[in-house]
Amino acid sequence: MGDFELSVARLEAHYGDFQALFGIDFNVSKGEVIAIIGSNGAGKSTLMRSISGLMTNGASQVVFQGEPIGDLRADEVAARGIALVPEGRQLFPSLSVEENLIIGGQIGRTGYWSLQRVYELFPILQERRHQPSTSLSGGQQQMVAIGRALMANPELLLLDEVSLGLAPVVIKSIYEALPRIVEGGMSAVIVEQDISKALSVSTRFYCLQEGRVSLEGKSGSQTREEISRAYFGV
Amino acid sequence: MDWINSIVQGVLLGGLYAMIAAGLSLIFGVMRLVNIAHGDLIILAAYLGLTVATALGLYPLVALLIIVPVMAAIGYVLQRVVLNNTLSDDILPPLLVTFGLSVIIQNALLEIYSADPQKMDAGALGTASANIGGISVGLLPLLMFATAVVVIAGLQFVFYRTALGRAFRAVSDNQDVAQLMGLNKRHVYGLAMALSLAVVAIAGIFLGMRTSFDPSIGGGRLIFGFEAVIIGGLGNLWGTLIGGVILGVAQNIGAQINPGWQVLAGHVVFLVILAFRPRGLFPRMTG
Repeated sequence: MGDFELSVARLEAHYGDFQALFGIDFNVSKGEVIAIIGSNGAGKSTLMRSISGLMTNGASQVVFQGEPIGDLRADEVAARGIALVPEGRQLFPSLSVEENLIIGGQIGRTGYWSLQRVYELFPILQERRHQPSTSLSGGQQQMVAIGRALMANPELLLLDEVSLGLAPVVIKSIYEALPRIVEGGMSAVIVEQDISKALSVSTRFYCLQEGRVSLEGKSGSQTREEISRAYFGV
Repeated sequence: MDWINSIVQGVLLGGLYAMIAAGLSLIFGVMRLVNIAHGDLIILAAYLGLTVATALGLYPLVALLIIVPVMAAIGYVLQRVVLNNTLSDDILPPLLVTFGLSVIIQNALLEIYSADPQKMDAGALGTASANIGGISVGLLPLLMFATAVVVIAGLQFVFYRTALGRAFRAVSDNQDVAQLMGLNKRHVYGLAMALSLAVVAIAGIFLGMRTSFDPSIGGGRLIFGFEAVIIGGLGNLWGTLIGGVILGVAQNIGAQINPGWQVLAGHVVFLVILAFRPRGLFPRMTG
């Protein structure tokens, strides 16, 4: 167990009386890119919220680098090196593009990523840096959201539905940045509804269905039928 | 000439209202908390200033060096220990709690200082005046207005040019995502309240040097602060200064017509502006 960068054990999550996750077990090794697939309401975003500390759980249900973090607040989790790119981008509308990036880095973790490196990764952001973040296109906003997370120099990057609502060509350009992001040894968890996209960029995958892991394995080792059974439950 | 004089005096008085309003506006902007105890905190600052100035033999404005950090510390602790627990999607709990706080502060001040009106000795500055174009302008009101402009400019700088201001705006925009950026919102809220009460301290000392005060007058100052914020438009600090000036001028013109109309005239102008521009003259905040 101690070898994993992140390990989630028997994780349950509730919204009031509604139970969203039923005993999820899930691991990420250092430098791995893991895909989480599943239909709407399968519990993918809840899992991301639980790991990042936006929902708190039992301490030992989420273990990061050997330390229990399940009961920590999101700012404490972030300080330990987990960054979430939230679903729907959620930039700060009162902040300019550059301010959104800077605030991602104010946590004070140093490393490869800096404002300059983010601008090298997404050059369009440098041109737009003084604009209000809401004036950008959806794809550019997603770049800001990813850049903002990278500015914290995380060791584990969580990407929640980064392709949602974006044009295919934009999605392609965003995913093209992924290898550069993880080449420095960063681990990543990618939540994605587009199965083939998810499997093509990941080493392993987990499929969630109604709050449970319905299938897991090496990306590309399963047949289409197996995955669609795990995805839809039929 | 009397009219011009009362307009000038009103403008200067507006500086005080703007300082009162700026602290209110800051807190509402960052955490959607309406601080009903704001006026009483100003009076508390005035009494603390009086006590420190008397005990240490300091000039009231010098006492600011002590009162500003003390009020800021009170603000931080108050926010972390009490007010943070009241914040949720429901805006009613903080309203009730700060209302209770208002009653507590008033009664504590009454217990300690009695109901007798007090005034801080402004010394020579309190009576000094300059003759500008035939209008006699008091140096204290002039200094008060200049301070208000500096305070508003300072807040504007903090809000839009510093890491702290970025944190304020981020938490105000989206608490969850701000938390993901490593910002502990409870701490950020504490700092916002500290900053608000630092401004309250300045307003309180000037108020105490300018007029006499007793424990019960906080509520009245709160109303003026609210009116200045609303007239100027929520979330716009320079608008708040203009709101304060409009209110001050309206009151002084009212008083010029009939001494009994001073406060009334201010409220009437407020209502008229609210009727025609419900979001204030220079609204910035949306939603």
